[in-house]
This record gives sequence, C-alpha cells and structure tokens, in this order.
Amino acid sequence: MSSQTLRSGTATGSPSTTTPTAPKAPGGRRLPAAGSVGRYVALAIAAVLTLGPVLWTLSTSLRTPSESFNLPPSFLPINPDFTAYQEVFKQINVGMLVLNSALVTGLIAVGQMASASLAGYAFARLDFRGKKAIFSLVLATMMVPVQVTIVPVFMLIRGMGLSDTLLALILPAIPTAFGTFLMRQYFLGLPNDFAEAASLDGAGPWRIFRSVYAPLAVPGMAIVGILAFNFHWNEFFRPLILTISEQNFTLPLGLVTLQGNLGTGSISVVLAGVILSMLPALVVFIFGQRTLREGLTAGASK
Amino acid sequence: MTATAVTRRQTAAPPAVRRSFIERRLAMIFLAPTVLGMALFTFLPIIGSLVLAFFRWDIISAPQFVGLDNFASLAGDPTVRVSFLNTIVFVIVAVALQLGIALSLASMLQGRMPSWLRVFLRSTFFFPLVLSAASVSIFMRYMFNEQFGVVNWLLSLIGIPAVPWLTSPVGSAAVVVLVYVWQNFGFSFLLFLGALTNIPKELHEAANLDGATGWKQFRHVTLPLISPTVLVASVMAIISALQVFDQPYVLTNGGPGDSTRTAVMVIFESAFQQLEFGRASAIGLVLTLLILAVTALQFRLSRRFVFYQ
Repeated sequence: MSSQTLRSGTATGSPSTTTPTAPKAPGGRRLPAAGSVGRYVALAIAAVLTLGPVLWTLSTSLRTPSESFNLPPSFLPINPDFTAYQEVFKQINVGMLVLNSALVTGLIAVGQMASASLAGYAFARLDFRGKKAIFSLVLATMMVPVQVTIVPVFMLIRGMGLSDTLLALILPAIPTAFGTFLMRQYFLGLPNDFAEAASLDGAGPWRIFRSVYAPLAVPGMAIVGILAFNFHWNEFFRPLILTISEQNFTLPLGLVTLQGNLGTGSISVVLAGVILSMLPALVVFIFGQRTLREGLTAGASK
Repeated sequence: MTATAVTRRQTAAPPAVRRSFIERRLAMIFLAPTVLGMALFTFLPIIGSLVLAFFRWDIISAPQFVGLDNFASLAGDPTVRVSFLNTIVFVIVAVALQLGIALSLASMLQGRMPSWLRVFLRSTFFFPLVLSAASVSIFMRYMFNEQFGVVNWLLSLIGIPAVPWLTSPVGSAAVVVLVYVWQNFGFSFLLFLGALTNIPKELHEAANLDGATGWKQFRHVTLPLISPTVLVASVMAIISALQVFDQPYVLTNGGPGDSTRTAVMVIFESAFQQLEFGRASAIGLVLTLLILAVTALQFRLSRRFVFYQ
C-alpha cells in the first residue's frame, strides 16, 4: 500500500498522476503514448494493492491450519486444502451466525424498503400540512451519528424488554432517513400523468399508490434494499453493544470473537470464516453492483 | 367521486375536499412507521443524551444530577484528550489520503482505455466497500503481524527490517489509517468518477486548443468543474472518519497505550465497560458538535469556493 499512499499523500488536492507526463505531448493534440505507461503502472499498482489482501486471505484460508502462518506467504490457492473450513464450523456455530445475520439484515432491508417507500411517496406525491418541516426533521436525523444515540437506545431497548434479542438490532434500524430521501426522489421522478389518468378512472389515493406508483418504484426499492443489506450485513458497532449472548451474535461479531479465541494459532481457520462471511457481499457485488453504486452516490448528487 | 367528479370538476368542491381529506389521512398512515420510529429511536435518544450528560448514572443506582461536571472532567481527562487528538489527526491524514488516492485514480481512468479494463478497475476499487470493516480488520491484523505477517515479509524482500506495526504507537496508528483508507477510498473514487465523467468533452477539447494541457488544464478547467463534488466528498469523508471505531477496535483495541484510541472508542468504553453513561453521553455530544461544525463549514465554504454551473 505504501508506494501508492505516499504518492497520493503528497498530492492531496493536486491529484492526477497523468498530468505530469501530459505536457510532454507535442502540441497537446495527440494523447501521449509515453504518458499512459506511467498511468497504467500506477493503476496496476493500485489494483494489486486493492486485490492483494483479499487474494492473500482467500489462499491462506485454503492452507492447512498448521502451516497457515508459515512464510513465504501464499497468494494463489494452488493446492487448496479445506481443513480450515471444516474446522471453523467446529469452532463456532457458523450456521447460527449466518442465520442471525440473515434474519437481522433481511428484516431490516424489507422494513426499510416498505417504510421508506410509504414515507417517500407521502413526501413526493401527497398533500398534507407541515410537509416541509417534517421532511427537514427526517433529513436532520442523517446528521446524528449512531454513537451519540446508542446509550439511550440501549436503555430504551432494555426498557422495552428487548435487550439481547435480534429485535433490538432490527427495530431501531428500520426508520431510514436516507432511504426515505431516495424514495422521495424516485417518486418525484415518475410522471404525474399516471395519477391523473388513474384518478379519472376513479382510483382513490390508495389505489393510485398501490396499483400505479408502487410497482413503478421497484427499482428504487431495490436500491434501498441493497444499501440496507450492504450496511447491516457488515455492521459491527450496534451488534457489539446490543447483543450479549453468543446465540444472538451476528457474523462480524462472531468472527472477531473467534479471532480473539484462536489468536494467532490457526490463521486459516479465522480466515476461512472471513471468506465465508464475504460470500453474500460478493453476490451483491456481482449482481447488484450497479444498483449499489447508484445508491451510494445518490446522497452526494443533489 | 368517480364519473361525476370528472364532468363537474370545476364546480365540484365537495369531492375535492373529500379527496384531500383522504389524502391527508393516507399521508399520516404512510408517514407513521418512519416518523414514529424516528421519534422513538432518534429524537427521544437525542433528548435522552442531552439530559443524561448532566447526570452521573451507572444503571444500577439512581441517577445523580452533577451539572456540568461530566463536561468539565472531560478536558482534564488525559484519555479523552488523547483520543480526541488521535481522532482529529486520524481524520486529517486518512481523509487527505482517501481523497488524494480517489481523485488520482478517478482522473487516471478518464483517458483513453479499453472499456473492459475501465470496468474491471472500477469494480476493483469499489470492491472493498462491500466488505465488513470488522472482517477487513481481522485479516489485516494478520497481514501486519510483526513476525509472520505478509507485509513485513514483503518488506524483508527489499531489505527492510521487521516493522513493529501493531506494537508501536506510530506503527499502529499508521495501520489503522492504511486499513481505513484501503476500505473507504472506493467511495470517494465513485463520487469523483461520476463528476469527471459528467464534464463535457468539448471543454477539454477547447482547453487543449487554447494550449492548456496537463496540470494547467486540471487546475483551471477540471478542478473548478468538479469542485461541488470535491466539497461533498470531503465532508462525507470527514464525517465518517470522525466516527471511526471498527478498525481500531479490532486491529489494536486502542493500543499500545492510548495511541490509537478514538473518540467513539472512549464513548463505548465509558458507557459499556466503565458504566459511566452520563460521561459517555457528554463525550457523544462533543463529537456531535464537531460533526455539526464540519457541516456548517461545508455550507460556508460552498458559497465561497465552489463553482456551480
């Protein structure tokens, strides 16, 4: 990571490593061929530094536990050995962790998709008093970091008798300011004609939402769902605080505990768990990358 | 309010009134889950935090009003001071690296390039974003191990002696920054990539004709055009870096000593290890003020420096 970071570190705010080579081009007409060599080298280094740690993790998880910390390290799984994967299932209850993570993440995603669609629709297409004020209040919650509300939330959860349950993780995560914002934008982007046509056909406000706009907003809901999945599948801070017994742990928490227990004894076992936990994220990455990209950058483009 | 409403829509006040009544009621129902949820899980906790900050409370005995004691004791507490200082240094270094790397890579993807390669690189730089910070920190902790870590092994190949990455104050701080930046630069990269791709080609061509190439073109054409994105990306990066927790917690647990302890780690430890909930709330409020200050600064700066088309 060092060469890359050093270069960019000195060039903060003065980026583009292509630029120093570009002026050499005669007249600035043709794009310089020599300049792009440096560009490709820099991009290659960045790609290797980004993928290298993941490849090392994968290939080390496929070494036998006893030799997993031997040097030289392994970057490509040439002779894959699956002992570590069997071992991780013995060391921790992987099935339960996966189930907990899937339940928490899935219910949060569904809950956010539903509540954000409803609220987003109300803000975009329904008339009621105090709309602007309520919407600003909803947006304001985006600026409140979870760490600030976590102590009272923890007490609230205790008061509700939900401490150390999966609901303690799910319920507070369902109201989503960002999701509501996204869905409002999405509904605002849909043409008004449909509502007029449906209303002429005698459809009331509920029917117009249910039969006309909600089906059209499915792509927007997908963005909210994928964002929720990506965030909560990987979440660590809230589960660390709101769950106590191991039977309620989610995957990231279980893995950190496993590393604590095994220490540096059998790296490949811990890494096997890490790789397993990455699989759903990988699926999202492969099939939902575009949606996820849109969602992640949606907040910045106003 | 069906066919009649259509034929007499100019004069038919009653259906319209009825319609707006239905609409208002529907809006209430639609908003209820989000608004009530936020009232319960965000606004009530904010008030709770504000109140709690003036009390001493360990959950077991009754809360005791202590006025501004919680805030006053923060300034004198070396751990709190060091952890806020660490956080600020971390934010400056990590955000500078993150934005620098992201903007460099995004600009490098702009020139001519086979489209499969561009897609591959974009996916590559994006990939760490879908991983969990906890998992990343787990494998990075092994990679930076002093004796058998792959980083020191690679350094040994070029003759650099083993670096005590996780056991020295500077080394561990560097690891937390590197791991954080490794995982998060892709986000700023995506923002910059979007902004750079949106610049009309003609502007670059015009600049080329005027003899503004390379750095000059970047400084006077590209940078002003993407300045709104630079500002947004900086503010988003700063706000999330101010809340760093997962990486230092898993990589170093704040150590050695307090060298990688961050503001959020102190909130966590005060509340859930030392059971000083009032103190934790006070620290949380100070952190929130910092975040609000950054946001306020964003608005001021955007009026002065940002070029909007």
